[in-house]
Amino acid sequence: MTSAHRPAALELHDLHKSYGSVHAVAGLDLVVEPGEIVAFLGPNGAGKTTTIDMVLGLARPDAGTVSVFGLSPAEAIAQGRVSAVMQSGGLLKDITVAETVELTASLFGMTGPVTDVLGRAGIASIADRKVGKCSGGQQQRLRFAMALVPEPDLLVLDEPTTGMDVEGRREFWQAIRADAARGRTVIFATHYLDEADAYADRIVLVRQGLVVADGSAAQVKNLASGRVVSATLPGAGLAALAAIPGVDRAEVRGERILLQTADSDLVARHLLTATQARDLEISSHNLEEAFLALTSDRAVDTASTAGSLR
Amino acid sequence: MTTTMTTPVGTAETDGARGRRPLGGFNRTFLRIELRRLVRNRRTVFLALVMPPMFFLIFGTPEQYRSTSAGHGNVTAYIMISMAVYGSMLATTSGGAMVSVERGLGWSRQLRLTPLSPVAYILTKVLVAMTLGLASIVVVYAVGSAAGAQADASVWVETAVVAWLGSSVFAAFGLFMGYLLPAENVMQILGPLLAVLAFAGGLFVPLTDGVFATIARFTPLYGLAELSRAPLGDAGWSLVALANLVAWAAVFVTGAAVMFGRDTARV
Repeated sequence: MTSAHRPAALELHDLHKSYGSVHAVAGLDLVVEPGEIVAFLGPNGAGKTTTIDMVLGLARPDAGTVSVFGLSPAEAIAQGRVSAVMQSGGLLKDITVAETVELTASLFGMTGPVTDVLGRAGIASIADRKVGKCSGGQQQRLRFAMALVPEPDLLVLDEPTTGMDVEGRREFWQAIRADAARGRTVIFATHYLDEADAYADRIVLVRQGLVVADGSAAQVKNLASGRVVSATLPGAGLAALAAIPGVDRAEVRGERILLQTADSDLVARHLLTATQARDLEISSHNLEEAFLALTSDRAVDTASTAGSLR
Repeated sequence: MTTTMTTPVGTAETDGARGRRPLGGFNRTFLRIELRRLVRNRRTVFLALVMPPMFFLIFGTPEQYRSTSAGHGNVTAYIMISMAVYGSMLATTSGGAMVSVERGLGWSRQLRLTPLSPVAYILTKVLVAMTLGLASIVVVYAVGSAAGAQADASVWVETAVVAWLGSSVFAAFGLFMGYLLPAENVMQILGPLLAVLAFAGGLFVPLTDGVFATIARFTPLYGLAELSRAPLGDAGWSLVALANLVAWAAVFVTGAAVMFGRDTARV
């Protein structure tokens, strides 16, 4: 794989997909460079799974383009450049763990023992167990083993730890993390903020089928965990407040002003030195609440400013 | 079936091994595991390998059947062939209908994340179904030869070949129904239906004259039953039976192809 120009691992352009009256993906743009570990973060129904289906060629976009290492999804699948760990299903219950991986390997034209892949996924000890007798976490690691078979350059995980207990989640992510250290590009969908925070280099926040924020974990966390500086300032104009350096969003409630900001010190200093503001208070969002606020329906205007973060 | 489509795992990480698979991903490992699955399914094994020889022993082996000749053999052989057709047809239908369960489990979807072509998938399903069908015929004939079925040597071979090849029509039937019916109960629906069709087709009791028998000649198992038993009798190949089999083959293959096309297009 030594070509002069390196195409993006994944390039989505103006992607649209509707199911009936539901606009599941509504003009999504995303570029992922090789080697990135990206969390696709959003609440249920944000369009994450629909987007992943289009990346894998399991769903056809109504409009827009998908390119995986410069290839169409079908071509990328056929060449083993991309593989995926799906949320549920996709396993035969009447064969063993080892047989499942062996079968998958055979479809990629490989024969021989599959112990290496089983070991990397942490399921070598249950190789002879029937899939139907495996726990949810074990089945998920089996899906991971199957995804490793073609040695894909891009690994896509759709809510991989849904329904796992804490220990199962930890073990699963250990396996993924160890594997990603080899330089594989990984994109995972999740609705757990802590998971995105712990395992991704970059977080793409989606809501209602659109990217609403995109940046490093720290940047997005900052955005989500911004503080509110409130003070009493009679006669304040909304436009003037919004123009104060560092203010993301301004609100006036009677004589009280509420300024949302990622830099509360800067805003507070300004209010206290350059205006007549008094009774100043600084409050911080709970991280989880802030995330919900950012991805809920009320956050439309936040979305437009957040979109330019990256 | 060749042995050239596999490459050693050691070369898996080279570009060549990651390219497109010859034969669309069709390979022996897939066939072997699919066969194993079919054999592990107790219901299928019972339907295809236990029930037909059991029926044969119950219905086909009274002393007067063994001593009564029928064409180039005895009546016991006639019933043995019928039961082999019944078993083979059940086997191929069950094999084809497995697609229903696999769609329900999301396995078909998983397979679309591999280079396996849909045609290679169907081909594997049909081959596996046909293998079980052959096993069913072999078991019934083995029990038959031990339990007093008598016929010319050529009759054994010819009837087995016709019954086996003809039951491929029912692999298509199984696929058609597998795509059409919900996953949980496809064989629960098909089992009784096939029993009724077997009666109508003259597998359990010979067709006599009358309105019922006339209607029965249009049902799907009539053609296969008549053609399979033809080498035993003196009447030769019946054109009516041949027309019946060809017509139903057309219906089932078309139905399976349309449903299959709809399934793979549903992206």
